[in-house]
Amino acid sequence: MTAAAPAPTAPAPSGSAPAPNRALALERARIDKSTSGPVLFFFGSAVLWLLAGTLLGLIAAIQLHSPAFLAGFSFMTYGRVWPAYQQTLIYGWASQAGIGVGLWLLSRLCRVEMKFGGVLIVAGLFWNIGLSVGVLQLVCGVTSGVVGMELSGGAAGIMFIGYALVALWAAMIYGFRRQGPSYVSVWYLLAAFLWLPWAFGLGYLAQHLPGLQGVLKNVIASWASHSLVTMWITGVGLAAAYYLIPKVINRPIFSYNLASIGFWSWLIFGGLTSMVRLSGGPIPAWLVTVSIAAHILLIVQIVTVTANLVLTMQDQYHMVYHSPTIRFTFFGAISFSLASVVSLLMSLRSVDGLVHFTDATYAVDLMFIFAFFSMAMFGAIYYIMPRLVGCEWLSASMISLHFWGAAYGGGMVILVLLFGGLYHGATMSDPETLFSQVIESYYPFHVGRTIGLVILALGQLIFGLHFLLMLLRIGQPGGQATLFAPIQEDFHS
Amino acid sequence: MNRSMPLFTGVIGSFAISLAAIVLVPKSQIGALQPQITEDEGKITDIFPIENRGIAEKGRAIYAANGCYYCHSQQVRDPQNGTDLVRGWGERRTVARDYLFEEPPFLGANRFGPDLSNVGSAKWRNEPEGETRKPARRDAAWHLLHLYYPRAVITQSIMPSYRYLFEQRKVSGQRSVDALPVVAPKGADYEIVPKAEAKALVGYLLTLDRSHPLQEVKSAAAAPAAAAVPAAK
Repeated sequence: MTAAAPAPTAPAPSGSAPAPNRALALERARIDKSTSGPVLFFFGSAVLWLLAGTLLGLIAAIQLHSPAFLAGFSFMTYGRVWPAYQQTLIYGWASQAGIGVGLWLLSRLCRVEMKFGGVLIVAGLFWNIGLSVGVLQLVCGVTSGVVGMELSGGAAGIMFIGYALVALWAAMIYGFRRQGPSYVSVWYLLAAFLWLPWAFGLGYLAQHLPGLQGVLKNVIASWASHSLVTMWITGVGLAAAYYLIPKVINRPIFSYNLASIGFWSWLIFGGLTSMVRLSGGPIPAWLVTVSIAAHILLIVQIVTVTANLVLTMQDQYHMVYHSPTIRFTFFGAISFSLASVVSLLMSLRSVDGLVHFTDATYAVDLMFIFAFFSMAMFGAIYYIMPRLVGCEWLSASMISLHFWGAAYGGGMVILVLLFGGLYHGATMSDPETLFSQVIESYYPFHVGRTIGLVILALGQLIFGLHFLLMLLRIGQPGGQATLFAPIQEDFHS
Repeated sequence: MNRSMPLFTGVIGSFAISLAAIVLVPKSQIGALQPQITEDEGKITDIFPIENRGIAEKGRAIYAANGCYYCHSQQVRDPQNGTDLVRGWGERRTVARDYLFEEPPFLGANRFGPDLSNVGSAKWRNEPEGETRKPARRDAAWHLLHLYYPRAVITQSIMPSYRYLFEQRKVSGQRSVDALPVVAPKGADYEIVPKAEAKALVGYLLTLDRSHPLQEVKSAAAAPAAAAVPAAK
């Protein structure tokens, strides 16, 4: 029952016949026009939340090495800012960037003009209002108390109404599709768009269901918050990578069969990996064993996706020097493979015993959210925005600065947390080391995280500014993409 | 077009598999746990765990609202999963039954602070046995001062000050019995007294004691007692 489909026209490289090409180009322009309102709305809100989240993240990071920072204000205490940061990052930035990119990709790949886009803007308003309420509640001390699912039921409910409309529209676009056998990106998108309400809805609903006592609440919350990363965020990120890389380098993906194998192994095993979060905890031990097994079986996906994307890029690596979209997206694709491998290693009991309760586990989340997903979304936004606003990005140097800020800053945060986590775990598992010494000697890692976050924040500020300029139509005239360096013909075999 | 069926079946199937494995089977396995009841000649002599009521319940809400669980776990783990027992954070690992009445359990995800599963127990320690620099017994007064200014009692602490749970009052006549042994920022004729929230939070912390033997956990220290507990539904 594989959906392996030869999709010859999928990310259609421009052929040579001029007449049908022109018709296709006109059709693409019509589709972009129909999606521009809602997609720009989701992108805009996502960027605002990204900047707000970066600020919250910086506050929390500084407080870890300088606990006097903003101390004494209840709404700025670490235990409130930290969850606000996490929720902002996942639901404000990542999910909305994902919805925007997902809707645009779906319309393009299904070759459907979006109808009643205004409803999607209403949906986005619901999502943003619900999230704002939830984050304000968090800093005021209203929380569900469950790590990963902290928003209040009311806030989550408002967001869910908004998301239901998005899912309905996504289903309609797919229903009205004019493209033949669907492309691998469409599979990932549909799975992701359906997994989000499923995990999010059930995760929050379960907090209020009677009859779920004690640690079952933690089990469900871990399942839901982990699935949002492994299914929703990963699904959209891979859909974007599978679309953008072949599209920009102008050749079909290496193998549709590999893509299909990767997709199905992800779909089956991805939803089972979550219990590693409670490894060693007061839950049935077999649950953790199932998740470790699922992690190991996911090797199939890691290998196939990596091979497919890398082989598609073969001989075209020079494109990372030219195309911003490729540089960001390929960085994201490679990060996906690395993140998956690190995640697999950390699921193993011997490693988990060392790094559980340290920043290393959080570093894996960041590898998925920052290094893989966010980079793929930046790549997609750099590709999509010119098609929606009608002008090209103003400055290649700004894009370049954004990339280096995101790559160096984000990379530094992740490395600091990974090695910090190993160090934290090693000192904690040595009973001779006083716990206060464990914490005291961790100080350099806390400082390192802050430095990394500052670099990351600078990159994101530049991106935010560049994005604002695009919204104001301040850019280069449309037609010729803004590249880091011109592509020379002799390279372009 | 005609390939939608396998795709949607697959997606729905992936929901079903993951829901069944991660949620439904565990629910059937541990969803109907009951407290352990010890009977002696027909009379109930002991029930564990019991529900938090009164000040402990209020304090629990303060613990949640301020996100204490982002740095403090409440789960004691086996020796193969860490040094919790050696560090003095508990006498046995914690199990699902310990959390029966917790809405929700604060299992925690990171340890920038020590585990608090048993912080209310007199045996709880965060220093090796025989450590001379060991702070005074962690009673209510210690916890209040620690919440107000953590570095007053543990110099290396990175815990934030929760001084918004305290108020600064002008001393009228005698000092309050609750006043902290610190100099108030406003001057000598002022005193720092805990608000109801701080008292409730400390009340909650002092109830945290999961050292009670349970039949499903082997505990080096409490093995005979646990063995004597008759099985109860």
